[in-house]
Amino acid sequence: MTATAGALSPARRGALTRERVLGVVYLALAAVIVFVFARVEGADTSAFGLNLGRGGVQLPDVVVPSAATAYLLALIAASLGAMQLIRGFGTRWAVVLGVVVVAFVLAFLTWASAGGSINFAGLMQSTLQRSVPITFGALSGILCERAGVVNVAIEGMLLTGAFVSAVVASATDNSWIGVVAAVGAGGLLAALLAVLAIRYLVDQIIAGVVLNILAIGLTSFLATRVLTPNPDLNSPERFGEVQIPVLTDIPLLGAVVLENNAFVYMMFAAIAILSVMLFRTRWGLRVRAVGEHPKAADTVGIDVYFVRYRNVILGGMMAGLGGAYFTLGSTGSFEQEMTAGRGFIGLAAMIFGGWAPVGSFLAALVFGFADALQSRLSILNIPVASQFLQMAPYIVTIIVVAGLVGRVRAPAADGRPYIKG
Amino acid sequence: MSERAADQAPAPETMGVGPPERPSTPTRGQPALVSWLLGVPRALVVPSLALLTALAIGAVIIILSDRDFVTQFGSNPGAALGAGLTSVRDAYVGLIGGSVGSPRAISETLLQATPLILTGLAVAVGFRAGLFNIGAEGQLYAGAASSIFVGFALVGLPAFIHLPLAIIAGIAGGALWGFIPGFLKARTGAHEVIVTIMLNYVAFRFIDWLLNQPFFQREGRTDQISRFVEPSAELPRLIEGFRTHWGIFLALAAAVFVSWLLFRSTKGFEFRAVGLNPSAARYAGMSIGGTLILAMMVSGGLAGLAGASEMLGSNKTLTPGFSPGWGFDAIALALLGGARPLGVVFAALLFGALRAGATPMQVSTGIPIDLVVVIQALVIMFIAAPALVRGIYRIRVERRIGSEVFTKGWGA
Repeated sequence: MTATAGALSPARRGALTRERVLGVVYLALAAVIVFVFARVEGADTSAFGLNLGRGGVQLPDVVVPSAATAYLLALIAASLGAMQLIRGFGTRWAVVLGVVVVAFVLAFLTWASAGGSINFAGLMQSTLQRSVPITFGALSGILCERAGVVNVAIEGMLLTGAFVSAVVASATDNSWIGVVAAVGAGGLLAALLAVLAIRYLVDQIIAGVVLNILAIGLTSFLATRVLTPNPDLNSPERFGEVQIPVLTDIPLLGAVVLENNAFVYMMFAAIAILSVMLFRTRWGLRVRAVGEHPKAADTVGIDVYFVRYRNVILGGMMAGLGGAYFTLGSTGSFEQEMTAGRGFIGLAAMIFGGWAPVGSFLAALVFGFADALQSRLSILNIPVASQFLQMAPYIVTIIVVAGLVGRVRAPAADGRPYIKG
Repeated sequence: MSERAADQAPAPETMGVGPPERPSTPTRGQPALVSWLLGVPRALVVPSLALLTALAIGAVIIILSDRDFVTQFGSNPGAALGAGLTSVRDAYVGLIGGSVGSPRAISETLLQATPLILTGLAVAVGFRAGLFNIGAEGQLYAGAASSIFVGFALVGLPAFIHLPLAIIAGIAGGALWGFIPGFLKARTGAHEVIVTIMLNYVAFRFIDWLLNQPFFQREGRTDQISRFVEPSAELPRLIEGFRTHWGIFLALAAAVFVSWLLFRSTKGFEFRAVGLNPSAARYAGMSIGGTLILAMMVSGGLAGLAGASEMLGSNKTLTPGFSPGWGFDAIALALLGGARPLGVVFAALLFGALRAGATPMQVSTGIPIDLVVVIQALVIMFIAAPALVRGIYRIRVERRIGSEVFTKGWGA
C-alpha cells in the first residue's frame, strides 16, 4: 500500500536507508552496553532465579560474571551491527533485530541485578500475563483488518469488556457469566463500529476514535454514578490459577506458562484457532479475499458486507474477552480508564506481527516484557526514575510502528469502504 | 410537477432577474418549522440536530442509571419515570445554569472555551493536512511544562519580555511534541494516530517525573505541584473578581491566524493540497514530508499555546491532572466546526459552556462530569455520520457535510 500510494516513502530508497539505520542502531546499542551496562563497580556477579517458589524440580540460580557478560553481549550486538552495515541481512532482518534486542535486554538485566539477583522466571511469567490483553487486542485487530475494516476502537472495547465483566460477574456471583457478558458488550460496540463504517461509510479511524471516547465517557460516567455508591457491584471474584497436572513440573517452562489463570489458556486457544481458521480453511481464504480485493471477492459470490459485519463483530467479541482480563484475570475491580492505552499497543503488536496471530502474540510478548520490566525494576535499585521505565511500553510501540510500517504489508483494502456496483 | 418543470427549463427569475425577495426553496405545503430549518444555513442543520440528539440520548442514559428509576420501575413505572425525568431536568438545568446563568457562569464558560478554541484549532489544522492529531492533550501538557518553567525560572524580567517569552516557550514545547509524530510520519509512514496517543502517555509520565525534581517542584512540598509562575509572566484577568483572562484574546487571535494560514497563505494551500491529494500535491512540486512536519508542528504549537494560556492565565502552577481532557474534546470541536476556524470558535464556546456547567451540575445533582464526554462522543458520531442524522430526521441534503475531514490508512 505504501508503495502504490507512494505519498511518503519512496520504497526502495527507504529500504536502503533503513538497512543503514538499523546497523547504526545496533552499534549504538552495543556502545550503550559497553559504556553503561558494563560499569558495575563493586559487584562481580549477577544472579538469575529460575524458579517460582513452588514444588516440582528446582533449578539452581544462574550466576554470571556481570562485566564479562556485558562485554560478550556487546560484542554480539556490535558484530551484527557491522555485518548489517556491510552487507545487510535481507529477509532475515527480523531475526537479527530480535537477537540484538535480546542481547541488549540481557545486558540490561545483568546490570540491573549486578551484586544481587533477579527472579527471571517471575519476570517471564509476568511478561506472559501482561501480554494477554495486548494479544487479545491484536487478535481483534486481525479479525477486523483481514476483512478490510480498520479498528482503532480496540481500546474502547477492552475498557467496555473490563467494565461489563466486573459488573455482571459481581451481580451474578459467577465470573464466567461476566466473561460472556464482556464478550457480548465488545460485540455490541463492534456492531456499532460496523454500522458506522460499512453502512454509513464514516471514516473508519474517526469512527474508532469516537467509539473510544464514547467508551471512556460511558464507563467513567457509570463507574462514578453506579459503582461508587454500590461497591458490591465492583467486587467480582477473580479467576484462580489453574495448574496443568504433570506438565507444571517441567522446569522453567512449566512454572512460567502452565500455572496461570484461564485467560492465558484461552489466549493460546484463540491464537491457535484463529491461525488455523485464517490460513488453513475456506473461511479464512474468503476473509482474506475480502480484505485484499473486495471486488474480486464479490465477483466470485462472496457477500463482502456480510463478511465484514461478521468479522468486525467477532473482533469486538475478542477484544471484550481481553477486556475481561483486566478485572477478572488481573486486578479484581474496575477503575476508570484502567486499560491505559493497551488497545493501541495491541494495534502496534498486530502491525509488528504482520497481521498474523502467532506473530502478533510474539510482538505482544515484547510489549508485555517492557511492561513487566518497568513494574519489577522499580523494586530494584537502579539509577533510572520509575517514570522513564513506565514510558518503555509506549516508546517501544512508537519505535515499532515507525520502524516497521514500511516493511510490513497491510491487507490491500484495509480501511477502504466497499461500495457495491 | 411544476418543480420538475422548473428544473428542466429554468424560469427567468432563477436566472437573476426575478424579484429578489423570493425564497429559492419551495415553502408550499410545508410546516413552518421545516421551512424555517431550510432557511437556516445548511451547515448548521446537521450540527444542531446532532447536539439535540446527543442531549436526548444523554437524558436516556441519565434515566437508566438513576437509582430511583431502577428500584421503582418494577412496582410503579410512572413514578419511576417521573423520578428519572426529574434527574434529567435537574442535570440539564444545572448544566445551563452553570454555563450561562450568571456573570460568573459566563466567565467560567469563557475560561473553559479558551483552551478549547486553541486545541480545537490544533486538531482542525491537522485535519486540513490529512492528519488526525489525537495527541493535542500531550502537546498541551508539553506546552504547559515548558511555559511554566520559563514562567518561574526567569526572575527579574519586565513583563513585556517575560510574558511573551513564556508564551513562546509554550508554543515551542507543543510544537516539539507535534514535530515527533510529523517527522515519523514523513520519514517512515508511522501512523500519527498511534504515535500521538503513545506520546500522550509519554508526556504524562514525563510531567510526573518533572514534578518530582527539585528544580521544578515547589519548595517544601512533597506532592506533585510546580513552583508558581512569576507575576511578570502572568496573563492578566479581564475583570477583577472573575477568572477569565487575556488568554481568550490569544485564542481568538490564533483563530484569525489559522484562518489566514489555511485560506490566504501559500503554506496553508500546501497543507490543504497535501490533505486532499498527496499524489497531486507531489506532482505539483510540493514537499509532502516537509508539509506534514510543518502541519504537525503548527498543530502542536496551538495545543502548546493552550497549555501556556492555562499556566499563565488561570492555574499559575502545574499539576498532573490540570486538563480535564481539553485535548480530547478538541476532536469533537474540530469535527463539529467542520475544521473551519470560525466553526471551531463557536463549537468551543458551546463545549466550554458544557464543561463549565458540568462541575456545578455534579456538585448540585451528583451526576458525574463524564456525562459531558458521552454527549461529546455522540455529537462527533452524528457529525461524522451525517447520514445518520438525516435518516433520523428525514432531511434531504445533497452535499456531504464534514467531507473535508478524513484520515488515511496505516500505509499511506
